[in-house]
Amino acid sequence: MQGDQHSQYRQHISGQFNAELDAMKNHLLEMGGLVEQQLSRAITSILQRDSGEAEAVIAADREINTMELQIDEECLRILARRQPAASDLRLVLAVAKSTTDLERIGDEASKVARQAIHLSELPPSASGVNEIRQLGSHVGAMLRDTLDSFARLDVGRAIDVVLDDNRVDEEYDAAMASLETYMRQDPAHIRSVLFEMWALRGLERIGDHATNIAEHVVYLVEGVDVRHMRMDELRALKASVSVRPGL
Amino acid sequence: MKTHSIDVHALKRAPARAGDDDVCLRVEELSLHYLRSQNVALENVSLEIPRRRVTAFIGPSGCGKSSLLRCFNRMNDLIEGSVISGRVSLEGEDIYDRGVDVAALRRRVGMVFQSPNPFPKSIYENVAFGLRIQGVNKKRVLDEEIEKALRNAALWDEVKDRLDGSALTLSGGQQQRLVIARAIAVQPEVLLLDEPASALDPISTLRIEELIYELKTRYTIVIVTHNMQQAARVSDMTAFMNLGRLVEYGETDTLFTNPREPQTEDYITGRYG
Repeated sequence: MQGDQHSQYRQHISGQFNAELDAMKNHLLEMGGLVEQQLSRAITSILQRDSGEAEAVIAADREINTMELQIDEECLRILARRQPAASDLRLVLAVAKSTTDLERIGDEASKVARQAIHLSELPPSASGVNEIRQLGSHVGAMLRDTLDSFARLDVGRAIDVVLDDNRVDEEYDAAMASLETYMRQDPAHIRSVLFEMWALRGLERIGDHATNIAEHVVYLVEGVDVRHMRMDELRALKASVSVRPGL
Repeated sequence: MKTHSIDVHALKRAPARAGDDDVCLRVEELSLHYLRSQNVALENVSLEIPRRRVTAFIGPSGCGKSSLLRCFNRMNDLIEGSVISGRVSLEGEDIYDRGVDVAALRRRVGMVFQSPNPFPKSIYENVAFGLRIQGVNKKRVLDEEIEKALRNAALWDEVKDRLDGSALTLSGGQQQRLVIARAIAVQPEVLLLDEPASALDPISTLRIEELIYELKTRYTIVIVTHNMQQAARVSDMTAFMNLGRLVEYGETDTLFTNPREPQTEDYITGRYG
C-alpha cells in the first residue's frame, strides 16, 4: 500500500509536490543503502586486515557527504516552497535529521576502515576478530532494520531497533573487557588490540546513530518524540501501536 | 529529565474540556439549515471557544465555517428561512433566548467582513459611529475613544493628520484596520473576523495578523480563513470543518503537526478533493 508513496494517505492535489516528497525520501533510502554497503565493506576490511578495501571505503565517504548536502537542500527547498504540514512536515524533518545520522555512520565506517589500514601493517593476531564480527553484524542488522522501518513506516520495527541498542551497549562493554584481557595476556599485541578497540568504539557509535534514525521514524509515523524515553515506556508504546488497525 | 507520557492516544486526544472560567463562547449541538436549500449548513456542532485567545475555523468552501461564525452574533437571523437548533452561550447566557436584545448582542460581539466596508464618511465619523449610537456625544470623550481605538487597530500614526478625510481614500489594508477600529471602539467582548485579509496584499495581511496578535490580549477573537498558513500563524486553537460538521478541534500546534483525523490530515496537507 505504501510502496513509493511516503505515507498511507492519499496523493496530493499537486502531483509535483508528491513527486518532490517521494524523490526526497527515495534519495534518503539510496543514501542509506550506500552507507549500509560502506559499513559492511569496512567490517570486511578490518576482519581481513585488507588495506585496499579499507582505502576504497574511505574514498567512497565523499559520495555520502555529497548526498547529505543534496538531500538537506531538497528538504530546505520543500520547506521554503511548499510549507508542508502534518505528516508531510514530519517527513521532511525526519529526513533532514536522518541524513545527519547516516553521514555520521559513514564517518564511523571510515574510522573502522582506517583501523584496518593500521592493522594491515602489524603482525597477524586473532585477538578481537570475534568481537568485531559479532558487534559488526549486530549493528549492521540494526541499520538494515532501521532503514526498512523508514521505507515501510513500520513503527513496531523502529521501536525494536531502539530497544535493541541496549544490547549493543552490553556487547560493546563485554568486548572491551575481553580485549583488555588479551592485552594483559599478550602484551606483544597491544597495538593491534588498541586499533581493534577503536574499531569497536566506531561500531558502537553506529548503533547509536541507527537508533536515532529509528526514533525519527517513530516521530514521523506517530508524531511522538521518543528520544530519552524509558524502556518500559517504549514497550508500552509498541504494544499500543501494534493493536491499532492499519499499522 | 523530561518525562514522557506513553499513552499515544492520550497524546492525540483533544485538549481537556476547558474550565468554565476560560470559556467565552460555548456551542452545544448546534444545527442550522436554510429552508430554501436541502443541504444542512451546520450539523450537530459542539465546541468551546476560550476567552482572550484566537480561534480559527478552516475548511473547504461551503463547509459551514462562516455560517458557524454568523451564529455567534445572530447574523443568520437576517436570512429568511434559517432554522437553528441547539445552544450558543456567551459567558454562560444563551444568546438565542427570547429575551435577548440582538442589537446589544452585536455590540458585545463585533464583526469584520472580507471586503473592508467603511461608511462613506470621514475616518473620525466611522469610528465614532457605534459610540454615537451608544449615546456618547461629548467631543472630548469621543476624541479620546477614537484615538484609543485607532491606536489599538495600529492605524493612528497613518491617519492622525487627516481624521476628517474620507475613509474611502484609505488603502484596502488601512480600510480594514479602520473597520477593526470601528468594531473595537464600542468595547466588544468578542471579535469575529470573516476572511479579514483575503482581499489584502501580503504586507497588509501581515499587519492585520500582527494586529490580531495584539488584540487577543483584550478580546476573544474568532477568525474564518481560507488561508491555512494564516490560521497556523495567528491562532491558538483551530477547528477544521467539512460538510457542516466539526471534524477536529484542538490546539493549533497539534493540529498542524499531528492531526488525529485523516480528513484533517488530507485537508491541511493538500490531499483534499
